[in-house]
Amino acid sequence: MPIRALTGNEAMAEAMRQINPDVVAAYPITPATEIVQLFASFVADGLVDTEFVPTESEHSAISACIGAAAAGARTMTSTASQGLALMHEILYIAAGLRVPIVICEVNRSLSSPINIHCDHSDTMGSREAGWIQIYAEDSQDAYDSIIQAVRVSEEAFLPCMVSTDGFIISHCMQRIETLEDVEVQNFIGEPRSPYSLFSKNPITVGPLDLQDYFFEHKRQEIEAMYLSKPVIKRVAEEFAKRFGRKYGFFEAYKLDDAEIVLVACGSTCGTARVVIDNLRKNGVKVGLLKIHVMRPFPQDELSRLVGLSTAKLLIVLDRSDTMSTMGGPIYVELRSALYNSRTRPLLVNYIYGLGGRDIDVEQITNVVLKGEEIKKTGKIDKPVDYIGLRE
Amino acid sequence: MPSLKELSKNAGLFTGGHRACGGCGGTIIINQTICVAGKNTVFVLPTGCMEVVTTIYPYTAWNIPYMHVAFENAAAVISGVEAAYKALTRKGKIKDKWNFIAIGGDGGTYDIGIQALSGAIERWHRFLYICYDNEAYMNTGIQRSSATPRGAHTTTSPAGTVIPGKPQFRKNLTEIIAAHGAPYVAQASPSHWADFTRKVEKALNTDGPTFINVLSPCPLGWRFPPDMTIEIARLAVESKFWPLYEVENGKYKINHRPRKEVTVKEWMKLQGRFRHLFTPANQKIIDEIQAEVDKEWEKLSRFASLSQGEAD
Amino acid sequence: MSKLSWKELPIGTIITEPGSARKFKTGDWRSQKPIWDKEKCNSCLFCFIYCPDSSIIVENGEMKGIDLDYCKGCGICAVECPKGAIKMELERR
Repeated sequence: MPIRALTGNEAMAEAMRQINPDVVAAYPITPATEIVQLFASFVADGLVDTEFVPTESEHSAISACIGAAAAGARTMTSTASQGLALMHEILYIAAGLRVPIVICEVNRSLSSPINIHCDHSDTMGSREAGWIQIYAEDSQDAYDSIIQAVRVSEEAFLPCMVSTDGFIISHCMQRIETLEDVEVQNFIGEPRSPYSLFSKNPITVGPLDLQDYFFEHKRQEIEAMYLSKPVIKRVAEEFAKRFGRKYGFFEAYKLDDAEIVLVACGSTCGTARVVIDNLRKNGVKVGLLKIHVMRPFPQDELSRLVGLSTAKLLIVLDRSDTMSTMGGPIYVELRSALYNSRTRPLLVNYIYGLGGRDIDVEQITNVVLKGEEIKKTGKIDKPVDYIGLRE
Repeated sequence: MPSLKELSKNAGLFTGGHRACGGCGGTIIINQTICVAGKNTVFVLPTGCMEVVTTIYPYTAWNIPYMHVAFENAAAVISGVEAAYKALTRKGKIKDKWNFIAIGGDGGTYDIGIQALSGAIERWHRFLYICYDNEAYMNTGIQRSSATPRGAHTTTSPAGTVIPGKPQFRKNLTEIIAAHGAPYVAQASPSHWADFTRKVEKALNTDGPTFINVLSPCPLGWRFPPDMTIEIARLAVESKFWPLYEVENGKYKINHRPRKEVTVKEWMKLQGRFRHLFTPANQKIIDEIQAEVDKEWEKLSRFASLSQGEAD
Repeated sequence: MSKLSWKELPIGTIITEPGSARKFKTGDWRSQKPIWDKEKCNSCLFCFIYCPDSSIIVENGEMKGIDLDYCKGCGICAVECPKGAIKMELERR
């Protein structure tokens, strides 16, 4: 396996080159611009057979992707932040029409105020659009997840977005192991689509669907989300078998005897691991639960894992807020997932890193140590608090 | 130019049983288009009257591939379909030649969809965009658009006691698209079917983006009896309110020069949406509308004669 | 048409039967009915090219009649017929 030093954006673009999609329609936006830029150069240099459609907006980019996917083409795009928000209306339609599309997403905060740095408000804001969502921890994860996303999307007939943390992953160089082009092609196989506009029997796509059938079609879409779980699992297992790197709905790190569990997604998981290793030297039983797949939310798997664990306190780190006064999205959903469990641990939530604010080892160490107090007393003063905020 | 006998061979590609109002101009335009385009055509429609009335699940009036995504993006969607066609043809997965036609109303074309349309034309996809221009948002109940003519009553430019209908003149979309340098741009009317179908044929034989703006009288929104749709379309042409012309590779040509003088007032008086203008106090608005129509015709004639000069 | 459950419908909201609108008869919207006089008709087909409801039956380039299953009785054909071969009369049911 070739070992290379690549940024997150380069890793995603390289995956796209190897996937060699039929159509890429995209629009530049910080911090995802590089992905589109690199891909345009692959097209210009004849390294891919892709029809590249450089649209005049993200709204048109995702619209063109839907047109292409409905025509039976393997289709990809890339965006971030405001771009994803501009696609918002059309994201739902892609899922409703059940067309496989993969977005290389780079997490960046949503305006206002305008900011170009990382938080998860963009993709978390699209949680209900009907897309499969994967949060990558590093460049390797991003590269591997994009390749798997093509398979998942084309087997579940649902669109899929894989995101990396803006600048933190997208612009930082890391050592990654890439696959050979032929390995990628063999893994993803021939494109699969649920229907094609060019089929012999002419079809009508996207009709007006009123009281008589709308509910049934939405129920189908909900079912597709359920059915995507075994697909995600199977594709991850096959990937692990072929290439040795294992992914799933989440990753448990030193969870076996952990009494305090940090829950997070994205690049912060790397920092959390360092904290865990340090604190364990001092006898603090702390572990990490990394959320890798946010949609579909792995409710059963998580509640089973937590139920069987020794966890007494979950500290959920959210890089966005739901503006519901109930905390961040991972916290809200995890709490809901655990509600019916017999052995419910305590939960606290920390909102951190909005607009790219750094989070460091010391800060995470402090919340774990605060957690030790909560664990002892069983008392939670502030269920939702903030890290790194000037009060 | 296709004959009616030839065109009738494609009857049935767009079926009856759709829920358009009686006398709808839009469905006449679709039928005339489809009879030229034939079965190897993908149609993309934005949200609007024609989308709604032709595809109420599980019914579809389309006997050929059809797709709708949203309101403002028909041109973007069709550019994706066309890109997929190119990619799949290159890989040998598609063998036949296909036409790509988007048909949107003035709301989805002049207003909310103009960005996607402008982008798709600039990117030079091979497709025909037809605007069925019924001069207002009819699907939501007759609201003004940038295609609504000066003075017309709509529900958001009502004829009130102080403001008599829409204060502004309409946007000239045909000229805006022509300014993109698209290889074929035209204006047509369903009343002049031979001219329109010839234009569709020409557009489909052009290797690049093409656009035809077609006037689409709406009995409900313009307030006239449904049997008058074609006659009203014809009078719009004869009064020079809606000139039939084409711009081929930048060269202007007027396709129909009315023989007898018909004032725009004669066209307007048949439509309830202008009724409030027919008072002594509002006569000056009709005069202004006539002056605007004359000015536009004069400009068009100048462009056409300049093009003629270049051709010589 | 019996309505299918969510487990039976094709996915993606697509309609797999082209031209299924034919099963929806709009003829009963009509308050006026076109009467075609075959003798006066010269099959110029103007009625065909102007009909908004695809209701003019044409076979081998010949006008064969009006499909009252779909005709909404707008009367455009009667107005546009150069031979006066179509007249509208009140629909009686």
